[in-house]
Amino acid sequence: MHQEAAIREPLILGEKTYGEITDDVMASVVGKASKSWWIAFGISAVMALWGVGCILYLLGTGVGTWGLNKTVGWAWDITNFVWWVGIGHAGTLISAVLLLFRQKWRMAINRSAEAMTIFAVMMAAVWPGIHMGRIWLAYFVFPLPNQFGSLWVNFNSPLLWDVFAISTYFSVSLVFWYIGLIPDFATIRDKVTQAVPKKVYSLLSFGWTGNAKAWNRFEEISLVLAGLATPLVFSVHSIVSMDFATSVIPGWHTTIFPPYFVSGAVFSGFAMVQTLLIIMRKVMHLENYITRKHIEYMNIVIIVTGSIVGVAYLTELFISWYSGVEYEAYAFINRATGPYWWAYWAMMTCNVISPQVFWFKKLRTNIMFTFFMSIVVNIGMWFERFVIIVTSLHRDYLPSSWTMFHPTFVDIGCFIGTIGIFFVLFLLFARFFPVLPLNELKTILKSSGEQYKTKVEEH
Amino acid sequence: MSNNKKYWKGVEELKETQSFQQSSNKEFNEYLPAADFLGEENLLADSKTSRRDFLKYLGFGVTAASLAACETPVNKVIPYVVKTDKINPGVANYFASNYSDGYDFCDIVVKTREGRPIKIEGNKKSLFTKGGINARVNSSVLSLYDEKRYRAPQIAGEEVSWSKFDGEVKKELEAAISKGGKIRILTNTITSPSTLKLVSDFKAAYPDADIQHITYDAVSFSGMLEANMASFGKANLPSYDLTKAKSIVSIGADFMNDFPSSIQLTNQYAKGRNPEKGWMSKHFQFESSLSLSGSNADVRIPIKPSEQGKIAIDLYNYITGKGGSASAKVKKAGDHLLANKGASIVLAGANDKNIQLVVNAINQELNNYGKTLDINNPNFLKKGMDAKVAALVKEMNDGSVDALLVSDVDPVYSMPKSMNFEAAMAKVKTTVAFASRPTATSQKAKYIAAANHYLEAWNDANPQAGHYSLAQPTINPLFDTRQMQDCLMNWMGSSESYYEYIRKNWEATAFKMQSKSVFFDDFWNNCLHEGFFAGKQAPAVSDDSSEESEASVNGTASVASAIAAIGKAKTGDWELEFYSKVGIGDGKQAHNPWLQELPDPISKMTWDNYLAMNPGDAKELGFATEYGEQKNADTVNLTVNGVVYENVPVIAQPGQVKGTLSVALGYGQAIGKQNEIIGFNFYPAQNAGETYSSSVSFEATGNDYQVATTQTHQTVMGRTSVVRETNFDTYKNSDKDAYNPAHILATHDGPMNVNDVDLWAKHPVASAGHHWGMSIDLNSCIGCGSCVTSCNSENNVPVVGKDEVRRSREMHWMRIDRYFSSAEESVEESERSYGKMENPEDNPMVVHQPMMCQHCNHAPCETVCPVAATTHSNEGINQMTYNRCIGTRYCANNCPYKVRRFNWFSYQNLDKFADLNPSQDDLGRMVLNPDVTVRARGVMEKCSLCVQRIQTGKLDAKKEGRPVQDGDIQTACASACPTNAITFGDLNDKSSEVLAATQSNRAYRVIEEVGTQANVYYQVKVRNTETNIA
Repeated sequence: MHQEAAIREPLILGEKTYGEITDDVMASVVGKASKSWWIAFGISAVMALWGVGCILYLLGTGVGTWGLNKTVGWAWDITNFVWWVGIGHAGTLISAVLLLFRQKWRMAINRSAEAMTIFAVMMAAVWPGIHMGRIWLAYFVFPLPNQFGSLWVNFNSPLLWDVFAISTYFSVSLVFWYIGLIPDFATIRDKVTQAVPKKVYSLLSFGWTGNAKAWNRFEEISLVLAGLATPLVFSVHSIVSMDFATSVIPGWHTTIFPPYFVSGAVFSGFAMVQTLLIIMRKVMHLENYITRKHIEYMNIVIIVTGSIVGVAYLTELFISWYSGVEYEAYAFINRATGPYWWAYWAMMTCNVISPQVFWFKKLRTNIMFTFFMSIVVNIGMWFERFVIIVTSLHRDYLPSSWTMFHPTFVDIGCFIGTIGIFFVLFLLFARFFPVLPLNELKTILKSSGEQYKTKVEEH
Repeated sequence: MSNNKKYWKGVEELKETQSFQQSSNKEFNEYLPAADFLGEENLLADSKTSRRDFLKYLGFGVTAASLAACETPVNKVIPYVVKTDKINPGVANYFASNYSDGYDFCDIVVKTREGRPIKIEGNKKSLFTKGGINARVNSSVLSLYDEKRYRAPQIAGEEVSWSKFDGEVKKELEAAISKGGKIRILTNTITSPSTLKLVSDFKAAYPDADIQHITYDAVSFSGMLEANMASFGKANLPSYDLTKAKSIVSIGADFMNDFPSSIQLTNQYAKGRNPEKGWMSKHFQFESSLSLSGSNADVRIPIKPSEQGKIAIDLYNYITGKGGSASAKVKKAGDHLLANKGASIVLAGANDKNIQLVVNAINQELNNYGKTLDINNPNFLKKGMDAKVAALVKEMNDGSVDALLVSDVDPVYSMPKSMNFEAAMAKVKTTVAFASRPTATSQKAKYIAAANHYLEAWNDANPQAGHYSLAQPTINPLFDTRQMQDCLMNWMGSSESYYEYIRKNWEATAFKMQSKSVFFDDFWNNCLHEGFFAGKQAPAVSDDSSEESEASVNGTASVASAIAAIGKAKTGDWELEFYSKVGIGDGKQAHNPWLQELPDPISKMTWDNYLAMNPGDAKELGFATEYGEQKNADTVNLTVNGVVYENVPVIAQPGQVKGTLSVALGYGQAIGKQNEIIGFNFYPAQNAGETYSSSVSFEATGNDYQVATTQTHQTVMGRTSVVRETNFDTYKNSDKDAYNPAHILATHDGPMNVNDVDLWAKHPVASAGHHWGMSIDLNSCIGCGSCVTSCNSENNVPVVGKDEVRRSREMHWMRIDRYFSSAEESVEESERSYGKMENPEDNPMVVHQPMMCQHCNHAPCETVCPVAATTHSNEGINQMTYNRCIGTRYCANNCPYKVRRFNWFSYQNLDKFADLNPSQDDLGRMVLNPDVTVRARGVMEKCSLCVQRIQTGKLDAKKEGRPVQDGDIQTACASACPTNAITFGDLNDKSSEVLAATQSNRAYRVIEEVGTQANVYYQVKVRNTETNIA
């Protein structure tokens, strides 16, 4: 069995037995939903419905119901798209990259992080869809054989790369997540007594028997998928960033974008994981599994990626001056001092300055403070995308066309709607799915469980 | 060899079982009940319809019934039973005609498709307008398809038949005539010789009655007419020849927009602005509100409107050497005029006899008569005399007028409030209005003679001595309408039509003036084909002695008294000038949405008029100085000459002189189906004959008002690769690098021209087939916007309305960017900061830059479209495939010129646009160009370089078996340009004009350093100024 150094802090607190782990995770599935779950679900559902209403109005009337104009052709739509894709980065990073690096602490968080990824990518995919003028022709972006002769998609277009990148990422993430769920579904199947849930869970668990061979295969496929998913973590946001980097618009046309976007994505993804898990561990009484140590680890990731993002911001500023290009220089001066200065400084404060406080151990282990910071980081990252997209577009080459962007209620409604749908999905997940990989957790109980650690120490 | 194998379908067949043998003979093996069911009557009678069957039948029945109830769509396409000779589906017909509404005159060519006029262009052969046209004229085709046109004559608001109408009107007129009463015919300026003859015939037909024809111009030039009467004994306007003028001084005259024959003047002006021929005119403009002419001036001197007379006097005194207190600027202008004696011109805009007299004297002093202006070959485009109009109103008020016939003018709308025309009109027993659509006057008239649109009518015109122009109908009247001349003839009891009358008149007059054609029919057909007849002009008086003698007729004495009279010019703390906008003009076409949406060339404002104020004044008084998009303008309650206007928006307009204000005429009329009032009508506040008011007061209301501009940023931010300009000296004496430097990049191979540093393979258009390109001369472009409306009409560009313009979503494919730049007193380079650069100066210089798709050979839009909906043609055109577009807008974002326009809504269907977009009603749709797709919601569109015209041109050449000649194909913008600033052609044609233009020293491409390799070139603007502000 794997032995772990005694000085490492335990990952499972309390005197947990295998049975207790199962019971703790199963509590939400077999028990009745709490009042707080219903309240949260109700609010999310209302937001979701409002959003769906706005989207239907948008689709029925035209993209003009948003505040876009002749100069600013993308604003909240693509901001939200990139923001959601970015959030969707943490899950796969945690489950795949940390798996390959044998980081056992990932086990407490990877299930919900991956769920978050799946839902976030789904929300991201909404935006490129509804931002199209003619969504009913969205299938034109797929290289489908057709009767129009040599009509084919444009492989030069980064938007097309997006289609491939996002769909690949989504399918691999989904498969990875589902494979991990199978043994846990089987456990629930074996435990629940009502007929219907038993039937459903037994379907979901694909007839998992739990024999040694099955476990062997499970481990192998997990590794293979982790290997597949790892490059995707980096490719998706690199490709999303190329939507901007390959253009000619000052402020977009920047070679630093791929690494800068990837670290930004991890940054925002971890912040969103924090937001969700800090609430979940409290409400679902999972403090023994998602410990202060887990939160601290994630905060360390946030400092590192936040600092990378900060360096990228400063590099952009330096290069815009160093390039000697009039338009480039103006684009960045305009960001900081132009009519959208408030967005730029909101981004700088939230993303660069505020995460630096996590250098203090006291703060990065403070749960309330972490929760607050996770919200700040998510706001900051939304503004980052807004700044890149809108402030670059609104004043580009010809001053005659300079305009501002003014969001309408439909812009706001659609955005809030995706947040609502996201939370509806996540709450359903928390209610009906095993929120911790209980079978995997059991594998580290004896090496990283608190009582075993103390026992090792005693001997 | 025979095959003995046995093939079997089943074991039963192989084994030949009994059941197989039994069944193999039966076609339907199973038991079929139909036979005994139908065969036996009892069974049939006993059978029951089960509930299930009932529901089946019910379902079928309802569906079948409802399907049958659906009407097949009504098909309104009516085929030609007998095909007319000249009308081929898909092939356009062109007819020469003219546009003459008393405000504008233009020789035009009307393009018709399948019998519908759809486009108006200048007549290139015309010796008068030389192919020039303006926005008002080329938009006038839309008025033909106006939903609100009168569809039949009306008596007291009831539609009646023409026979009844004629009977009633005749009865009333005869009653008036029989008692020898007064009949007054009030019209706009009529230059038509046949109409004028007809009017005199009408008078002659009733010798007992007192019939008079009074001409009324809403924007009056009466002062000029009176001055010429005093100076030369002729109440005429001179004709002008600016092509010879090396020095042009305008005192408040917006001769490019609001002046008799402004189209002709614009064309002539541009000819003197070509620096390549070695000289260039120098244009001084003294004015208070920044006019289109002022925006093109080399030197613009801010004055108050009340100072116009003083400037004229100072100039007169300086030129005649009488001393006086001329300012340095006036002296400078005077010196330049004196240096160009006989090749200069002074124009004044004031409707003031005395100022015009002084100006006449200056022009005489400078020996300009017979050279740059010619009173012996006058221009007849303005004939309205203010005194006669005032006399008419007085007569009407006295109740002595029995019948008033009003044609083509709207005095109830456009007369000063003090004259109270409406009340006067109420005192006239018989009022007849000839109008094609409701006007304020026609709505007050008892009889409304529903008039033809000019495209449905015959007419002729004589805009200038020796030029006779014909107007012909290009479509049968759409409604039960009749033109004024036909009505008069009918009432006179003539059985002729006006068409026959014109022919007879021409046979008697114009035909006699020539000797080329022997038969009148030949002559007539030829004139009709060409659109005009060039008769003889009086010899221009050119030798100085005779001119002196003529001038001396009223010479110095009248000038002295004029000078004395000018001294009494009214001044005030605030002086408010009335002007006419490029789009709306005198307001005759205020209902035309194309013109309402045409941005003002200076303020870039659409769909409104407003109070323009100097930005410094505005700031001092606490009014918003930035406006457009979500920023609203503050409003004031404005009192002008005692007329109160509430909530008038205030616009901070750079170039408006401190202490002065200006408002545009022609607004305040109801437009659209909702009868929405657009702007304010300032005619009532204008005292007769005055172009400004010094009795002005206003107070802030604290309210604000939404305004819609197409450009919210006013300066070019020092970006020299967007706009390039220099002065004439630098252009003449320096090499190209001084004013049009190439973009050089530092590379590892050393410095290289930006065009040689390239990631992409060269596009194969460079030497094979056609390679369409364009050149736009910033020196000739005056910013008039004629190209914008021409493009709208050619390419079915939707009208989106004020709210959408406010959201920066106007759809214009062609726009004119207007940048204010530093004035003569330039800001030092070191003082410049981005913040300062954003604010134009008080008296800025102006650059007009037409901007549309640049058709980049390396187009940023093409690479980013995921579905390849925008691609490069093998003729160098960046083309849009609307059906393929899914509307990601990535192309628009990546366009450095921001020329792509997205269909945010379905402009053809959405209710929001029902009132604005002509394509929303059956009548308005008739104006659509059938060669151009009406774009669906959600697709991107942009300038196509009029690809449909290119295609037509190529096909025509192919039919004739020859290559396409340079000049065969013109884009809509190029053909509409009155100054020929836009040249279109084939860059692969070595002899083409456009190729030569792109190789000139002045040629540059906008933001060339981005590497887009545009096919549209610009020519550096050259100003005739002393200091060089590049």
